[in-house]
Amino acid sequence: MIVEKSDTMSVTTSEDVVRVRQKVRAQAVVLGFSLVDQTKIVTAASEIARNTVLHGGGGRMDMDTVRQSGRVGLRLVFSDKGPGIPDVARALVDGFSTGGGLGLGLSGSKRLSNEFDIKSTVGEGTTVTLVRWK
Amino acid sequence: MDQIPILKIGDTLLVSIQVDMHDRLALALQDDLTAKIVASRARGVMIDISALEIVDSFIGRMLNNIAAMSRILDAVTVVVGMRPAVAITLVELGLSLTGVKTALNVDKGLALIRQMIDGQEGSLDRREE
Repeated sequence: MIVEKSDTMSVTTSEDVVRVRQKVRAQAVVLGFSLVDQTKIVTAASEIARNTVLHGGGGRMDMDTVRQSGRVGLRLVFSDKGPGIPDVARALVDGFSTGGGLGLGLSGSKRLSNEFDIKSTVGEGTTVTLVRWK
Repeated sequence: MDQIPILKIGDTLLVSIQVDMHDRLALALQDDLTAKIVASRARGVMIDISALEIVDSFIGRMLNNIAAMSRILDAVTVVVGMRPAVAITLVELGLSLTGVKTALNVDKGLALIRQMIDGQEGSLDRREE
């Protein structure tokens, strides 16, 4: 897989969540994503960015363009050094929430992505990786 | 500056969300709207989201909350103008907005609000008879 670095930004405030949406949208447009695919990846990014702010105590997003066997995709990596998630499997279940929300953030973003990975260590932080192929 | 305007047309409040809202702005709108329903004795609330490029779980929850709060305050809520790509994404996200009435555009939304308000009054009249 060929990785081209596109952008990196700090994700610490609710205004940053809006900026994440705008950056991801702009890059998805550049890569020629369909309107539905743009909307899906931007929505997934919005959910994970909010988690980074609310649960991770802030962190960053790295946005890369990835190419593999003739396909092009957008890879988003959200990382924080927050408290971590004790039970990742449970956090991925629809309706599970510790933040007073609907509990759709993680599970919904997973459905909206083609590839989804989450690594979390209690006391060290969480990294969520999303890929959406064109 | 950081506020979504709420317009009053007859007994209906109209909100047209034209900016990409951060979460605090969405919460402020929820509060403003609830206060305005009471202050203006509105019977209907129409929220135009045709300019919104995404609705994530937070905005979705705000729409649900506004519909639930206005119901308790004796007003009906209709969300209008959702883009097709937004609707597709919302369902895949797992948010079906079951408590929220929707219409395709402002015209149809106003007609639906009228119909719901008249329907409520109609059923009340019948009960009183």
